[in-house]
Amino acid sequence: MKKRKSISYAKWGYIFLIPFFLVYAVFSLYPLISTFVTSFMDITVDQGFISFSGEQEVNNGFCGLQNYTAVFTGEIGRSFYNTAVMWLLGFIPQIIISLLLAAWFTDLRLKIKAQGFFKALIYLPNILMASAVSYLFYGLFSQGGGIWTIINDITGYEGVLLDNAWGARSIVALINFLLWYGNTTILLMAAIMGVDTSLYESAQIDGANSSQMFWKITMPLIRPILLYVLITSLIGGIQMYDVPTLLATSTGYPGQSLLTLVMQIQNRKDASPGIASAICIVIFIVTAILGGIIFYVTEDRSDKRLARKRKKSAKEAV
Amino acid sequence: MKLKRFLAGTAAVVMATTTLVGCGGGDSSSKAGDSSSSAPVSEQGKVLNIYCWNTEFQERFEKFYVPNADKSVYDGVKINWIQNTNEGNVYQTKLDEALQKQQSASADDKIDIFLVEMDYATKYVNSDVAIPLADIGITEDDLKNQYDYTKQTFTNPDGKQVATTWQATPGLYMYRADIAEKVLGTSDPDKVQEQISDLDKFAEVAQKMKEAGYYMVSGYDDMYRLFSNNVSAPWVTDNKITIDDQIAKWIELTKEYSDKGYNHGTSLWDDQWNADMKKDAKVFGYFFSTWGIAFSLRDATVDEKLKDDGSNAKEGNGLYGQWRACPGPVPYSWGGTGIVACQGTDNQELIKDIMLKMTCDTAVMKSMTADETVQDYTNNKEAIKQLIDEGYTNPFLGGQNHLALLTEAAEKLDMSNKLSAYDQGLNEKIQSNMKLYFKGEKTYDEALELFYSDIKALYPNLTH
Amino acid sequence: MSDAPKIKQSTGKGSLLARRIIAYTVLVVLIVISLLPFYLLIINATRGRVQAGIRWYPDQYLLDNFRNLFSATTQNNFGNVFRALGNSFIVAAGSCVLTVYFSALTAYAIHAYDFKLKKIAHTFILLIMMVPTQASAIGFYRFMNDLGLTDTYIPLIVPAVAAPATYFFMIQYMKSSLPLEIIEAARIDGCGEFKTFNRIIIPIMKPAFAVQAIFSFVASWNNFFMPQMILSSKEKYTIPIVLSLMRAETRIDYGVINLYIVIAVIPVILIYLCLSKFIIRGIALGSVKG
Repeated sequence: MKKRKSISYAKWGYIFLIPFFLVYAVFSLYPLISTFVTSFMDITVDQGFISFSGEQEVNNGFCGLQNYTAVFTGEIGRSFYNTAVMWLLGFIPQIIISLLLAAWFTDLRLKIKAQGFFKALIYLPNILMASAVSYLFYGLFSQGGGIWTIINDITGYEGVLLDNAWGARSIVALINFLLWYGNTTILLMAAIMGVDTSLYESAQIDGANSSQMFWKITMPLIRPILLYVLITSLIGGIQMYDVPTLLATSTGYPGQSLLTLVMQIQNRKDASPGIASAICIVIFIVTAILGGIIFYVTEDRSDKRLARKRKKSAKEAV
Repeated sequence: MKLKRFLAGTAAVVMATTTLVGCGGGDSSSKAGDSSSSAPVSEQGKVLNIYCWNTEFQERFEKFYVPNADKSVYDGVKINWIQNTNEGNVYQTKLDEALQKQQSASADDKIDIFLVEMDYATKYVNSDVAIPLADIGITEDDLKNQYDYTKQTFTNPDGKQVATTWQATPGLYMYRADIAEKVLGTSDPDKVQEQISDLDKFAEVAQKMKEAGYYMVSGYDDMYRLFSNNVSAPWVTDNKITIDDQIAKWIELTKEYSDKGYNHGTSLWDDQWNADMKKDAKVFGYFFSTWGIAFSLRDATVDEKLKDDGSNAKEGNGLYGQWRACPGPVPYSWGGTGIVACQGTDNQELIKDIMLKMTCDTAVMKSMTADETVQDYTNNKEAIKQLIDEGYTNPFLGGQNHLALLTEAAEKLDMSNKLSAYDQGLNEKIQSNMKLYFKGEKTYDEALELFYSDIKALYPNLTH
Repeated sequence: MSDAPKIKQSTGKGSLLARRIIAYTVLVVLIVISLLPFYLLIINATRGRVQAGIRWYPDQYLLDNFRNLFSATTQNNFGNVFRALGNSFIVAAGSCVLTVYFSALTAYAIHAYDFKLKKIAHTFILLIMMVPTQASAIGFYRFMNDLGLTDTYIPLIVPAVAAPATYFFMIQYMKSSLPLEIIEAARIDGCGEFKTFNRIIIPIMKPAFAVQAIFSFVASWNNFFMPQMILSSKEKYTIPIVLSLMRAETRIDYGVINLYIVIAVIPVILIYLCLSKFIIRGIALGSVKG
């Protein structure tokens, strides 16, 4: 019976897909293809020269994987490291705190008061422009700034955190954490609230403690949203741009330690479009690989589990 | 049914979009003509497109050029300000894009005027996109009151001046009278100047300041222009970067100053750098050019923000009236904006009139300097001379006539053969990377390597 | 229940209290850090032009800044600041509505229907989610230029229809909260496919819609890169562009800039407060559970 129905309605699946794919094809696919093609071209644009005839652009045509080699070596290669470090420094605390908060908020026995108040406030930083927050933090941590003064008064330490590679990276991570932890918490909370409370009740009766309930019931059931959070954070992390740029513009990145991959694209897109395009493609491939790994580790099992659960509840309903 | 309508709607939107394509754009009714000199245009274009990155020129234009109340139209021509921020190099990127389309753009869309900053002026000056002033009808005689160094900056390799500016930006050393009294026993500008008349003497005074618990300058970048303006050859020749002796000297000197504690270790425009201009700060002096004195220093050094009516612009409000100016160890200039007429413009007559009035006319330029809110040091020797002769004094500097000093400094400047099209990036990167060396975070060689690596990303066609 | 003696009372009152204290402490610390930027911004909006260092209590220039922000000079230089707010709203609201609706529609297509290209379509969308925005950005500008669509809002709003990340969220949400039985029930009742989506599915997805609506609204509101690339007329500028121009001035007035940032944040906060009720209400009504 099910099989017959799904075949006759299949065409609707295609129809509903049309808007998305149409808009994508028109607005994104064509430019994307042109970027892909450009990544194999050796093009240099002289930034110190301008003329009507466009002489400043020197297009040497197809150059094979030359641009790609450039991406993995030298300072561009180092950007992989920078990006990864800054992402992890911010994301690991972020996911831990978010899971913790989501668990606390939905723990029926813990009964945190004024939840609405807390929830509203933790999301707020996400509303601010990254540039505004970065400016503020720059002011706080730079020489003479609020936090610098406090540290100086207490410990007499004169150094400026922003001038030091790890200090600057940590501040970027801190800002990213602040901007995004509310977002993650809300998503996880929405997911946790979708879990059937009767499961917790029966577990409690069976003598499970909070920790066991969290790991054995909550975590598996929120896998889909957790997966979403992991993947989108990964993507956001790899493409990190506005926060380090703002901190860097003010001081000049301390020895290139804040240079992320996307910053490299922005810096080079005018002068070396070929290399900039190659970086874009590489970012895509890396994201796809890492994303694929995350998918494989989480999705398969969650799908199977979900299918099993459905069968189970179908049986019990009878 | 509903779905069919939905699909039809989508198709309609897509079709409408593509139809709009067919109708709009692509209107190339007027040609640019050849890119060499253009004959005087009798028909004025309807729109004057001016590319800029902030409102500085717009404010002066509207105050001193457009007489009517509606500042967006002059003589039947609509004034269109196309403003793009300098952040992330957006201004130049958009300007360059528009320049590529110039020859096929419609008359109303053509760039008529664009502004350039000194640091990247050479790129446009040396190109085929600028119209030589002579071809617009501006003669040598018209330009006679302009300071030589501004004319040199805007002269292309063929010897023709292609841009003009309304402001001259010579620089001085601004110092605190109270600290001078304490440490040097005098705050008189002439006497102080004697003690810092060259770099060696400057360093000696720096030592005295240090012993008394003060800093000679605030930041690492403060003295850069003194050296970069006095190089013997441009940064780049034939696509090869050479670090001039003067730049090397700057690096050496700043490292010495940093190690000896003569500077406060701040970065230009930073909070601490600004705070060092206040009453309780310990910095003896700053290097500022004309606009820096009128705005950066004045705004930062007062305790209470200056009111529009000028009521709190007096002694007692922070360090108002406590600063003095003297020429300093080395003459230099800092900043400035050039006005360029773009090839292909259809408003040549109007542009000629604007340039004449705003960058050559003595009376107009004199009023620009005299105007309280503008206070530009205008590029007109005669106008400045008249102001000095009329007894100019600056209350902010305790009544000192710093215009006279600026005039002397401006006359000494020589910008021939010092500028390259890549100065903006090179200046910025050498300063930001050497800072690591000054702070002791990296060795000189490491900092240099980072510098070259940064430059390679910016200007891949350059070698070293 | 029959295992009573074996049960460890790990949920005794003592440990519960301890956990509560930890929870509240952490929450308070987080709230303080989260509110700090807002607090500082508001303080900075009361300060003068030059703002060196941090100030922890208000200054007296709020009225001055107001006057300057709405003065004729500012209007002249940057366009009407209210209009920029309006422009930002048009772009953000437009993108937000399109993104949320069409992502849900697309996710529904993959989730509810079985067709040959289903897996491929899903994988394709996830793949394009991994493509960095910069990859298509440059080509996108040139293409829009060729189509003559620069300096219009079309390139800023229409592409929102294809938002892979939002699609991803919707489909994950549907996987855990949207049982296919509902759809079958609707079909038995004679409901058309499209109607089913609009009348039945959307109400169930309200919390997901609310969440993604806020996210996409905020993202579009704060977006500087795309609008700055596409727009060139002052009357069309959105808030981030106006702010960048204000920062480009020789005499940067930080008091005015910060005041403007504060003003620009208010609409977003209002929208957030409106939408957050939906999230909580929708969940509470249990319309999420299967």
